Amino acid sequence: MILALASIALMMVDHKNSYLEILRSSISTLVYPLQHTAGTVTDLPRKISAIMVSRQELMEENQRLREEQLHMYSRLQRTATLEGEIRRLRALLESSVEFNERVLVAELVGVELEAFRQQIVVNKGTTHGVFIGQPVVDAGGIMGQVIHVSPFSSTVLLITDLAHSIPALVNRNGLRSVATGLGEDNIVSLEHIPVNADIKEGDKIVSSGLGGRFPRGYPVGTVASVTRVPGELFSTVLITPSAKFGETREALLVWPDQPTVTTSDVAMRR
Amino acid sequence: MTLLVRHNGGWVILLSFIIALLLTTMPLSGALTDWRPAWVAMMVIYWCLVLPERVGVTIAWLLGLVLDVHTGALLGQNALGLSAIAYLTLQSRNQIRVFRPLQQSFVICVYLSLFQFINLWVRGITGIPPQHWLFWAPVASSMLLWPAFFYVMHATRRKFNVF
Repeated sequence: MILALASIALMMVDHKNSYLEILRSSISTLVYPLQHTAGTVTDLPRKISAIMVSRQELMEENQRLREEQLHMYSRLQRTATLEGEIRRLRALLESSVEFNERVLVAELVGVELEAFRQQIVVNKGTTHGVFIGQPVVDAGGIMGQVIHVSPFSSTVLLITDLAHSIPALVNRNGLRSVATGLGEDNIVSLEHIPVNADIKEGDKIVSSGLGGRFPRGYPVGTVASVTRVPGELFSTVLITPSAKFGETREALLVWPDQPTVTTSDVAMRR
Repeated sequence: MTLLVRHNGGWVILLSFIIALLLTTMPLSGALTDWRPAWVAMMVIYWCLVLPERVGVTIAWLLGLVLDVHTGALLGQNALGLSAIAYLTLQSRNQIRVFRPLQQSFVICVYLSLFQFINLWVRGITGIPPQHWLFWAPVASSMLLWPAFFYVMHATRRKFNVF
């Protein structure tokens, strides 16, 4: 009975505040070896096949990657020019820019968390400077944000989770909205789009940077469908996330240039 | 000192819980994921049935906290559920113990339903309800696996002489 009350109290505190983050973090440090083991065991077939790769294949891959890198470099040069140009234009407009973000590559720990939630565990924690609320991206786009940290690992809430929302805008015309997860894989809903708004299938959605948690301009997804019901105020807009959940094994932790949210300060102090 | 003399094989119990935790987060392929049995809850029920003086509500509660962190749930969610089913099991263990495994399965089904219901309730209140009937799949799979699980655990307990 006492324990039942204790758990209810715990849940209430945990839901509303972050006081219990220390308790969670210490238990998390204890169970991290377990998660790591679970991840490694299931990863074994992949690791073995990686060892078995022939020299020929490796050389081919190397060649391919070199070519890809060359392409990337040429594109990077172009973007560098553009970046400089934007910087000058923004300076003229006297608006702040966020360019030089620091990133850290983290590897996903192959474990499955609570059913019907969209969360992942990555192998970087407070010892690497990870903080609560930190944006996480992959090669395709925004994955989510850090919600729990422990010394050696952290839990990331994906943008597809029911409890996750991210301020976003339509890249084509700057129409602002909020992208909220639906608790399902590979689908996110765009909220509060008026029926007469200019939005169509295939539109790119990027983070708007409002709210100060996510940096501006990272891809969130592509509009998959727009359903306009006559008589309704808002249309139902579904987008496919750009991040490749379930395919990538690496995630990038981003340190935005100007951490404006207080949570980051809290995490740093701790 | 007397404690050490009377009991034996505490490490087996600990190990069994660790294995249950491992199985809980082990990635499974495709549709199997939703049907993953509630390993930790089954383990708690088993030990409460056979060794109530060693595994009780407190252990279940602590294990629940670990499970919460392990699966990224709200802190206290699984702790509440596990301590509830541990309590129920302890209350009714004299009846359940004489049941045959198949009959036990049905009792397990009821208890695990309660466990899942507590989870559902907590998640509903916090605004992240699972919107799929497959949320209840673990109850069915645990129930079906119970006889085999019971047999394996029983053999293990005999082998390592846990009492």
